[in-house]
Order: sequence, then structure tokens, then C-alpha cells
Amino acid sequence: MSSVSAAAPVPRALPAAPRRPATRTVYRWELRKLVSQKRTYMGLGLAVLLPLIFVISQLVRGHPPHGADSIFASEIFQSGLATPVLMLTFLAPFFLPLIGVLVAGDVVAAEDGNGTLKTILTRSVDRGQVFAAKAAAAMTYGAIAVYLSAGVATVAGISAWGFHSVRTLSGTSVSAQKALLLVFAANTCFLIPLLTIACIGVLLSTITRNSAAAIVGALGVTLILAIVQQIPGLEGLHPYLLTTQYFAWQGLLRTPTDWAPILHSLWVCALYAVPALFAGYLVFLRRDVAGG
Amino acid sequence: MDEEAPPVKARGLVKRYKEVLAVDHIDLNVRAGDVYGFLGPNGAGKTTTLRMALGLIVPTAGTIELFGHDPIRDGARALQGVAGFVEAPRFYPYLSARKNLELLAALDGDGAGSRIDEVLETVELTPRAPHRVGGFSHGMRQRLGIAAALLRRPRLLLLDEPATGLDPGGMRDMRLLIRRLADDGITVLLSSHQLPEVQELCDRVAIVDSGRVVYEGALADLRRQGGAGYRLRSTDDARAIEVARTQEGIEHVLMGEHGVGFQADESHVGALSLALGRAEVGILALAPELATLEDLFFRLTEEAGGESPSPSGAEQGSQAPSPPLVEAQ
Repeated sequence: MSSVSAAAPVPRALPAAPRRPATRTVYRWELRKLVSQKRTYMGLGLAVLLPLIFVISQLVRGHPPHGADSIFASEIFQSGLATPVLMLTFLAPFFLPLIGVLVAGDVVAAEDGNGTLKTILTRSVDRGQVFAAKAAAAMTYGAIAVYLSAGVATVAGISAWGFHSVRTLSGTSVSAQKALLLVFAANTCFLIPLLTIACIGVLLSTITRNSAAAIVGALGVTLILAIVQQIPGLEGLHPYLLTTQYFAWQGLLRTPTDWAPILHSLWVCALYAVPALFAGYLVFLRRDVAGG
Repeated sequence: MDEEAPPVKARGLVKRYKEVLAVDHIDLNVRAGDVYGFLGPNGAGKTTTLRMALGLIVPTAGTIELFGHDPIRDGARALQGVAGFVEAPRFYPYLSARKNLELLAALDGDGAGSRIDEVLETVELTPRAPHRVGGFSHGMRQRLGIAAALLRRPRLLLLDEPATGLDPGGMRDMRLLIRRLADDGITVLLSSHQLPEVQELCDRVAIVDSGRVVYEGALADLRRQGGAGYRLRSTDDARAIEVARTQEGIEHVLMGEHGVGFQADESHVGALSLALGRAEVGILALAPELATLEDLFFRLTEEAGGESPSPSGAEQGSQAPSPPLVEAQ
């Protein structure tokens, strides 16, 4: 600093308005709250346990299942990298959505029930920030559960059957390195419908003010759509059902990559997720916090 | 925050839950530096009003402003310089007291985190800071609620029944703490149904009943308006009441804990003492006293109850109710 500028009179600063905390601060604390609760680990524990049970049971059994309808079921003894794909196929329709809504259905309702919603809503953050942070935390939890399950399945599979090339759904072989990348990409694609069901969970959590009702309700949506998928004569609806999108990731495992189901999944899921999240946001902004 | 605007100003505040009118056109004026008592029986609408003040519930009609800001319209900005709690303060039971305060400080910003040790010290919870709140007693949670409020360096504290559920020692400590905060220049809006607490702490009060303000103003004015009262102890209080009720100019004759209370001009008290003598009721003590807040509170809330139109619209009893006491603003 020059002597001139140092000597120049410093303009008297106006008293600054206190800086409001950023939404990421609220989000960070939402995560810390999740980390501090035992129930958080129940869902994650299951996400770890199921792939382990699968791998151990197959090791004990010693041969692939006869007449397996998934190409990866017959591949699991050839390469450990078939295991995470097979696990995703098994867990996508119900189990991973269940974990996804465990926190999403609880995230607003639990605070409402415990009376802590009024505690945080009388601080210096707006309701919109709190809602955004809660929704983001619920989605983060869902994403962690998916990647954790995939990670455990991958490590367990490789440990049991090695790091080898895998055949794709088109019958072509891909190298182990590329297969690993595809496993990650497939799970990332699966996040699209998973986060959508989490958005529905957040909406129900906000509306019902009851964790159990919100979790059951969000799972109910999945079940109803799965039933609709089985009803003859409603085939025309299939492309627009959320449950159909649970398998859009399989487009990545074709050669060449079939992006169409993934792009389709993106906009179909947006049709479910955006209105759910927006409705939840509006309800949260205007709701009376009268409990606790 | 508008420095000139009053800490709390409510105009025509209404909250209706379907058929229930919880708050019925309430006006409030809390001035800077007040320790303002918000008095009323359970279900009078105190907590609902405080929830509206903190932006937790949306008024059906009317407005409430804190330092000129509407908490519904302006969101968190309206709560700048404002802190408090409604009903029991709630915390995350699985987090320690310190972690709870760290969380709330993070949501406050403005360097609130650096004040955690200080506020824990103020409410004498420093030794319990590392312990989970789930194991705290009710009194400790109340004190932690005050600590959480102080983190915000408030100019206005909204406290809803802060002494409820505390043992006598805890109540005394809570009163001392509120007194100390008020002496530090914090405006306090204290909702309570504990009359001694309000009488001891507050300089101005609003008395609400069935969602309506039946008195707002200085506590001293209220007691003056209550008129001069007398307390009589006699050899036969039941007979004394009978005699008093037949005497001209003797009003509001009530059996109290410490004898018979009544209101009268001095000129009528002499006549009463003669009448008691004629009725062979011995006077053990007869002394003037200012009406207590308790007397006034019951008189006001009972009068207000009498004023309410009956659901059928039928006339009330033959006795015309007195107009509510309202200080001219």
C-alpha cells in the first residue's frame, strides 16, 4: 500500500447488516444432524449388508443360478464387476427407493413432531433456505446409500471373483476398467428416479407432518405404479411410470450406449419431481408451525 | 431493523382455526425498554399471538410488526435483533447442549458462534455443555432456551411461560435472569399466567382473555384504576360478608385467603365498621390495600367473559358488565 493511500481518510463505513447464513451452512448442519442419529445408519447398514450377503451366499453355493434371466447373473463367477450391476437390478425396484425415502419422509415431519422446526425457523435463515437444505440433505442421503451399496458390491465382487472384463447386455465384452466406469455411471443414472421418489417423500413429509405416513406414502406411490405396470391394457402408460425409470440405466450397458431411455427418464422424472418439490416448498413457506 | 419503530406493534391481529377464534383483533404496543407482561388464562391466545410474532403461523387478519418488519412478509429479516421461544424450547436430544448452540449459531451467523461460552456461562450451563440435551431436566432446557435466545444478541426477547414447570428455586433464578437481561436494556415480552412473576418483573401489561385484550397499559395504572381496596379480618368472616353486602357503597366483596376483601370509599368504611359492631362481628383487622394484580386479573377476565355474547345471542345476566379498562394510547 502506498503512503498516499495509507494516509487517505478512510470513508466511515455504514454499519453493515448482519450477513445471513448461506443455504450451504444450513445444508451442512442438516448433514451433521443426520450423522448424529442412529437411525441414519439403519438404511446405510442395509445398503452395505445386502451385497455382502449376496456375495457370501454365492461363494458358498459355488455356481451361478441355473436359467438366470439376467446376463449378469451368469457372469458373476466370471468377473466381480457383474456383482454391482446384478445388485442394482435386484435393489432398484424397491429396496433402494425404500432407503431413499427413509430420510426424505422424515426430514421435515420429524422436526415438526419434535418441535425443533420452530427452533430453527426463528433464527436468521429463511424458510426457503431450510427447505432447500433439507431436500438436498435427503437427496444426499439417497445418493450415498446407492453409491455405498454399489461400492460394497463392487469391492466384494472383485474380492470374490476378480477384476475381469464383463459382457454387456448387447453381448459384447468391455474391459474391466470400462466396466468399472459403467458401474459408476449406471448407479449415477439410477439416482434420477431415486431422487424423484425422494422429492415425493419430502413433499409428503411436509404435508403429513408424520414421518411414518410420509415414508409409507412415498413407498405406496412406488407400489401403486408397479401394480399399474402389471395391469393388462395399460401398456401405453409404461413409458411414463416412475417405476419404468428404475431401469433406464440399463441403456448404458448396451453397445453402442443407448441414451434414449436415460434422456426419457430425465424428463419423465422431472414431471414427477419438480411439481412435488415445488408443492412441498410452497406448503413449507406458508405452513403454520403450531406444534411443539 | 428500524431503530425508531416499536419493538412490537400489533394491529387487529386475528387467528382463526376453523370454528375457533384463537386471537380476536388484538392490538399490542411494546415500547423499547419495556418488560411487558402478556397475561391471560390458558387458552387465551397468548402463545398463538407469540407464534404470529415470530412468523411461525400466519395471521388470518391484521398485522404484527417487530421493529417495523412483518415476520410473514419479511421472513428472517424481521427477526433481526429478536429472539425467544414459544411454549417449551425444543432442541435436538441426540446432540449436546454445545452442539445444539453451535447449530443455532450457524443459523444465526453474525459471529454468534463466538458467544456460545458466554451464554452458557450466563445461564450456568457450562458444566453440562458436553452432555446430550436428551438427558436434561425441564429447567435446564428452559435455561438452554434462554441461552439460545441470547446467542442472537437480541434487543427484543419474546418469552412464553419461561418459568412454567420449574421448581421454586428455578423460578426464582429465571426471574433474576430476566430482570438482569431487562436491566441490560433488552425489551422483554413475557407471556405468562403466573401473576406474581408478572407483578415482580413487568412494568406494562396486556391482559388477554378469550383472544381479546381486556387491558393494555402500565401495571401501576391498572392497579390505580382498580381502586382502593380494603382487607377485613373478623371474628366471623361469613357473617361479615353478609353484612358488607347489605351496605351501601361497599363493592366487590370477596372472601380471600387473608380475610374479606372489598372496595369502598373511605366514608363508607366507617359505616361498615358500625354495622359489623351492631351485628356482633368483632373486627380483628381492617386495613386499606391496593388491589393486587391477581384481583385485577380475575376481575378483568371475568368481566370480559361476561361481555362475550352467548352463542344463542340471548341476553346476559341483569348486571351490566363494566367496560374493559384500556389505557388511552
